[in-house]
Amino acid sequence: MNLLLFAQEHSEEVIESSKQGFFSDFMWLVPLLPVLSFFVILFFGKKLKDRGHSVGIAALSIGLLLSLVGFVELAAGNAAVEKSWTWFELGEHFHIEFGMNYDFLTGIMFLVVCTVSLLVHIYSTGYMHDDKRYTIFYAFLSLFTGSMLAMVLANNMMMLFVGWELVGVCSYFLIGHYWEEKENSSAAIKAFITNRVGDTGFLFGIFGLFVLAGTFNINELNHLAEEGTIGGTSLTIVALLLFCGVVSKSAQFPLYVWLPDAMAGPTPVSALIHAATMVVAGVYMTARMFILFEHAGSALDVVAIVAAITMVLAAILALIQDDIKRVLAYSTISQLAYMMAALGVGAYTAGVFHLFTHAFFKALLFLGAGSLIHAVHSNNMSDMGGLKDYMPHTFRTFMIGSLGLAGIFPLAGFFSKDEIIGGALRSASESHQAAAWIVLIAAIVTAFLTALYMTRACVMTFWGPFEGEHEPHESPGSMVTPLWVLAAATITVGFLGFPIIGPFQDWITVPGHEHHGFETLYNIVLPAGATLVALAAIGLGLQLFLFKKWRYDILASPFAWTYRLVENKYYLDDFYLKGIVRPVQYKLSAATYWSNQKILDGAVNGVAAGVLAVARPTYAVIDQQVIDFAVNGAAGLTGYSGGLLRYIQSGNVQRYAAFLFAAVAGFVALFALTS
Amino acid sequence: MPVSFFLVLSALLFSIGVYGVLARQHAVLVLLSIELMLNAVNVNLVAFSAYLQDAGLAGQVFALFVIAVAAAEVGVGLAIVILIYRNRASVDVDDLSLMKW
Repeated sequence: MNLLLFAQEHSEEVIESSKQGFFSDFMWLVPLLPVLSFFVILFFGKKLKDRGHSVGIAALSIGLLLSLVGFVELAAGNAAVEKSWTWFELGEHFHIEFGMNYDFLTGIMFLVVCTVSLLVHIYSTGYMHDDKRYTIFYAFLSLFTGSMLAMVLANNMMMLFVGWELVGVCSYFLIGHYWEEKENSSAAIKAFITNRVGDTGFLFGIFGLFVLAGTFNINELNHLAEEGTIGGTSLTIVALLLFCGVVSKSAQFPLYVWLPDAMAGPTPVSALIHAATMVVAGVYMTARMFILFEHAGSALDVVAIVAAITMVLAAILALIQDDIKRVLAYSTISQLAYMMAALGVGAYTAGVFHLFTHAFFKALLFLGAGSLIHAVHSNNMSDMGGLKDYMPHTFRTFMIGSLGLAGIFPLAGFFSKDEIIGGALRSASESHQAAAWIVLIAAIVTAFLTALYMTRACVMTFWGPFEGEHEPHESPGSMVTPLWVLAAATITVGFLGFPIIGPFQDWITVPGHEHHGFETLYNIVLPAGATLVALAAIGLGLQLFLFKKWRYDILASPFAWTYRLVENKYYLDDFYLKGIVRPVQYKLSAATYWSNQKILDGAVNGVAAGVLAVARPTYAVIDQQVIDFAVNGAAGLTGYSGGLLRYIQSGNVQRYAAFLFAAVAGFVALFALTS
Repeated sequence: MPVSFFLVLSALLFSIGVYGVLARQHAVLVLLSIELMLNAVNVNLVAFSAYLQDAGLAGQVFALFVIAVAAAEVGVGLAIVILIYRNRASVDVDDLSLMKW
C-alpha cells in the first residue's frame, strides 16, 4: 500500500490533458481491494463469524462504487488516465513498467466485472452455504476478480500477461473446487493445460512485439502499428501468436474443449468465468490491441474465420446437451465467437457492446441454472421439467435471460447481436471480403440456433411434468435477488447501445472509424429480419420440444453419422486424447523412460562404478591407515599428556603457590640474565 | 645509609613470607606470611621514595594504600578461615583440597 502510494507520487503523466477526473487517478484501488480481500479471507476468514464472505462483498461493493464514479467522470468528458512507473529495468532498453490505463474500455470492463462478481459473491452465500471449503472458495473468488481487474487495468503487455495467468490459475483452483471426485480435478487440469497451450503462443507474441517495437506499452504499440513503424509479415505473425492466447482463453475452435468441462466447478464460479472474469479476457485483449490487429495484414480475417467456425460448431453442440450447464457453456463459446467475429470484421464497438450485454444475461442464465440445480440436485434437464410452477422467480428471470440471449426486442442481446450482424453485412458489402461474408452467414445461422437451443432448454426445464424425486422449492432470497438485479440489467443495458442515440458508440470507438447515421437497411430491416429469424427458431423449438408435433428419428436415418459426430463433440476431445495426450503419455513417455533407463541410468551407474573403484583403495590406504593413524595418534597423545599433567592438579594450594613463586623466580632470573 | 640495606631487608622479609606461605599448614599463619610479603614491598616503596627524592611522595602514599588493602584482605581472609573452621573443625590448608581432581 505504502509502496503504491509512494510510487504514485513519482509517476509520470503520459497523456496530456486539460481536464482529468479526480477519482480516475485512484482506479488502481479497484483491483487492489479484491486482492487485499483475498489475503484477509485467506488468513483470517475462518476466524470471522460469517466465514469470510462479507470481506469480499465489501471489497467489491467499494470497487463497484469507485468504478461507477470513475466511469461517470469519463462520461462527463474527463480524459483517460495513463500512469506508469518503472517496475524494474535490465540494461538500457528493457523497461518493465507497472502501470494503469483507465479509459472507456477499462471503465466498461470494471463495471461488468465488479457488478457480476459482486452479485456472484452475494449469490454464493446462499448457493455455497453448506460447503466445507466455503472460506477458501471466497478467497479465490476475490483473487479471481482482482486478477481480472488488474489485467483490464494494465497498460503494458507484461502486466496484462501477469493478470492473464493469475486468472488462469484461479480458474484452475475454482473449477477443481470439488476435487474429491477425480472427474472434477481432471477438468481443472484440462482447463489449465489447454490454456497453457495457447498461452505459449501468447507469450511468444509478447516477446515478438517487444523485438519489433521495443516496448511493452499497449498504447504505444497500437500507435506504432497505426503509424506503420511496425508492420508487414512479422506483425501478422505476432498478431496471430497473440491470437493463440485468445483461442485458448476465450475458448475458440479448436481449443474450446476445456470450457464445457469447466462446468465441474460450482455454478457461481461458472457464472463468473463465463460472464466476467475469465473467457472475456481474450476478447478484451483483442479489443485492447484492436488497432494493432487491424494493421497486421490478414490477422483479423483469421480471427473472423476462426470465430465463424466456432460459433456455429458450438451452437450445434448446445442443441443436444442434457446437462443445463453444458448448454450454457457451449452457448458461451458461441457468443464469445460472436464477439471475436465482430472484432474480426472491424465492428469494434459492436464486439465490445456484445461483451458488455452478454455478461449480464449469461451471468443471469448461469445463476438461474444454479438456482435450478440447487432445487433439483441434478445438472440434467431430463431430471427437471415443470419447474415454472415451483420456482416462479427463477422461471421469470431465466426466461428474461433466455430471450435476451435469443435476441428478442427490447432485451440486451437484441441490440448487440444486431450491431454485429449489421457490422458483418456492412463490411461484406463495402469491402467484399470473403471473411465478412462467412461471418455474416455464420452469425445468422448462429442466431437461429441460439434461439432454438434456448427454447429447448427452457421447455425441458420449466414445462412438462416434473421428473425429479422430491418436490423442488424456490431458492433463498440471497440467490433470487441477484437474479432479479441481473434481469433488470438485461432489460435495460441494451438501450445504451440504441442505434444513433445510445451513448455506447461514443464511449467505445476506434480513432478513424466514423459513426454511422440512420440507415433504413441497418436500423430497421436488419433488426426486423434478425428478430424474425429468432422468432422462427423459437416457434420451431416450441413445435419440436413442447408440442412434439414433428418427430424425426435421426438415429434411424441416413444422417445418423451427423448426430454421432455432434454427440462425440466432433471427436475433437478424442483427437486430443488419442492424437496428442496418449502418444505423449505412452509412446513419448516410453521413449523417455527407455532413454532414462538405458542412457541416463547407464551414465549415472557408470560414474558410480568408477567412483566406487577409486574409492575402495582410497578407503583402505589413505583413510584407514594414514588419516586414522593421525587421528588416533593425536587422540592418544592428548590422553597420555593429560594423564601426566593431572598430577600437578593436586588441590594443594600451597603447592600451586610454590609453582607460582618458582615461575616468578624463573622469570626474574631470565630477566636478569638477558638484560 | 645506602639503599641496598633496605633492599636486602625487604628481600629477607619477602623470602620469609614466601617460606611461611609455602610451608605452614595453619591458615592463619599463611595469612600472616602474606602480610610479611606485603610489608616487604612497603619497605621497598618507602626506601625508593626517599632515595629518589620523590617530590609528590607517591611511593609512600602507595605504601599507605597497600596497608589499607592488606587490612581489608586480612579481614576477608580471616572471615573465610572462621567459616571454614565452623564447617570442617579444622584450618589446616592441606585438608582444604576439595578442588583436587
